[in-house]
Amino acid sequence: MNKFFFVLGHTYVTKLKAKAFIITTVITCLLLIGLANIHRMIEFFVNDKQTKVAVIDRAGLFYESLAKQLDGSDVSPTKITDMENEAKQAVKEGKWDGLLVLSADADGLPKAVYYANTIADSRVPDELERALNQLKMALSAAKLGLTDKQLSKLYEPAPFAKVALEKQAKTEKELNEARTLVYILLFAMYMFVLMYGGMIATEVATEKSSRVMEILVSSVPPVQQLFGKIIGVALVSLTQFAVFFAVAFTALRTSGQEVWRFLGLNHLPASMFVYAIIFFLLGYLLYAVLFAVLGSLVSRVEDVQPAITPVMMLVVAAFMIAIFGLNIPDSSFIAAASFVPFFTPMLMFLRIGLVPVPAWEVALSLVLLVATIVLLAYAGAKVYRGGVLMYGRMNILKDMKRAVQLTKK
Amino acid sequence: MSLEIIDVTKRFGSTTAVDHLTLTVPEGEMFGLLGANGAGKTTTFRMILGLLFPTEGVIRWQGEPVDYSKSHLIGYLPEERGLYPKLKVKEQLLYLGRLRGMKKADIIPEIDRWLERFHIRDYANKRVEELSKGNQQKIQFIAAVLHRPKLLILDEPFSGLDPVNVELLKEAVLDLKRNGTTIVFSSHRMEHVEELCEHVCILRRGRAVVAGALRELKRSFGKQTLVIQGNGPFEELARFPGVLQWKRTAEGVRLQIANEETAQAIFSHIAGKMTVRLFALEEPSLNDIFIEKVGAAYE
Repeated sequence: MNKFFFVLGHTYVTKLKAKAFIITTVITCLLLIGLANIHRMIEFFVNDKQTKVAVIDRAGLFYESLAKQLDGSDVSPTKITDMENEAKQAVKEGKWDGLLVLSADADGLPKAVYYANTIADSRVPDELERALNQLKMALSAAKLGLTDKQLSKLYEPAPFAKVALEKQAKTEKELNEARTLVYILLFAMYMFVLMYGGMIATEVATEKSSRVMEILVSSVPPVQQLFGKIIGVALVSLTQFAVFFAVAFTALRTSGQEVWRFLGLNHLPASMFVYAIIFFLLGYLLYAVLFAVLGSLVSRVEDVQPAITPVMMLVVAAFMIAIFGLNIPDSSFIAAASFVPFFTPMLMFLRIGLVPVPAWEVALSLVLLVATIVLLAYAGAKVYRGGVLMYGRMNILKDMKRAVQLTKK
Repeated sequence: MSLEIIDVTKRFGSTTAVDHLTLTVPEGEMFGLLGANGAGKTTTFRMILGLLFPTEGVIRWQGEPVDYSKSHLIGYLPEERGLYPKLKVKEQLLYLGRLRGMKKADIIPEIDRWLERFHIRDYANKRVEELSKGNQQKIQFIAAVLHRPKLLILDEPFSGLDPVNVELLKEAVLDLKRNGTTIVFSSHRMEHVEELCEHVCILRRGRAVVAGALRELKRSFGKQTLVIQGNGPFEELARFPGVLQWKRTAEGVRLQIANEETAQAIFSHIAGKMTVRLFALEEPSLNDIFIEKVGAAYE
């Protein structure tokens, strides 16, 4: 058992010290800090310059009200009395950033055309359009003789509430929170498996291609080796996640945003979090064993990618089904799929989160999942032990068979 | 207690890698396994180590099969060299030593001692990939013996080394033997085996074609080689009674004769007739024995 911890420690420390790992972590952290402060960066580049828009008011009725609407925005209008053609020329020469021509329609309501050198930037016209719409609405209301109060009543949405009759069904608030948690788990699992599954397979394949494996397999039982590596990589990934989380949290705090705005998860029962952890860990173990075994079958690091692609597709499939299932969590398809061990971690958790699931169903899916992991680990250790002694061209299924035969008594 | 391989056969599908092999390696002895590529040496070693299981037969060391509970007593230098290329020499040896059940405090002085002995102490903090091939092999050797194993398996330990380093390693191997380690090593170089081993086995397509104590093999072989150098003419010696084989060399001839008396007779025959610079009776070489037993030259 000691050796298991040596393998674990060795995997953890060498992975953590690897240059590539440190560089990825640092770059991602910088990216997170950047994202947290993105509004500031955009402001920094944009805000120092007000967009100067020339306005020709043909009707002579709207400019003042429009200018009032635009007060405080990035757009600074200036009323001009030039001819339209001259004004357009001035825009081309760069005197103005844009030209707005206002006129009245048959009902005496405002309409406008905006001219600029390019209209790729939608910010300014949007701003103008918004201001003009407000103006038009106010004018129309005034024409109809509506008060401001009546106007706001007109735009108020109808009250609409959803109530579940079944006792165990979740309330709307709980559902929204549960959905958030399910989303987080789905994404975390997806990212985790895609990012670190490859790492495990590569780790095993590297040891094999450097042929150090033959010494390892002669001194450490394959099962201890296999799990030492899997859990070592899991700890590495958790460490990385913890760093990301801490950086993102601090960056958001210092940039003055509400971190927990959409994470207000205080209405969820504690059991949801326990389930989240259980399904996450079991899901990781399941896929990690598969990746490690596949890594042990290839002879060169270059062969890792094609070998693990089928398992990657399986993860993607599970994720797609889960995303699809978020809207129909009580469909029988999702229920059936949630018993397939490769989908259980994502789908069963989704169901537990969104609809009432009988305890025996949860228990059964967990038993199936754990049994699959144990079975895979047992078969995996056999394949692993034989696989590390085989070199040559790759044929996954044939190699698996050969690897098992190689270790037959 | 010795290492016993009793009537072991290993088949991979339709190919037979090892065919009814029986060997006994006495405790504290050095045993040489000779064979061309593909003769079954590595498969035999992997079976001894418990990495592969024999299709038929039994392998016992100290009366029991080798498994992971004994891994701290066993050292293994695989034929395919393998170390972590990115890891520093010291870290590497520390890790491999711990996997063999050593304590950290015991490993460090051992590493220093071995690096010193192999004149590579300056490389302790270099990454393995920065080392020359010969030096990497020394590290690999250290990894196999660091934990003072009782049973040491060396698969082609001297291949790819220059003569100076071969001597260095040979001495280390002999030292280990003196300290009581049972050593089994393979080679495709006859002279290494002849020089180091008391017991040998020559494998050919998975079968032992020659096996036993080297001294016994040579004594019972009977035939001897007579080397004569001089001006000749030596042609008439080809028909001399007791001469089995006659071969011209650059300086004279090389004869295979039935026994020592023949040599005596030839000596009397040529005395005074020819100018002779060298007249030497040699022990049969392992190669001679191999050719005799197999009827073909060892390659």
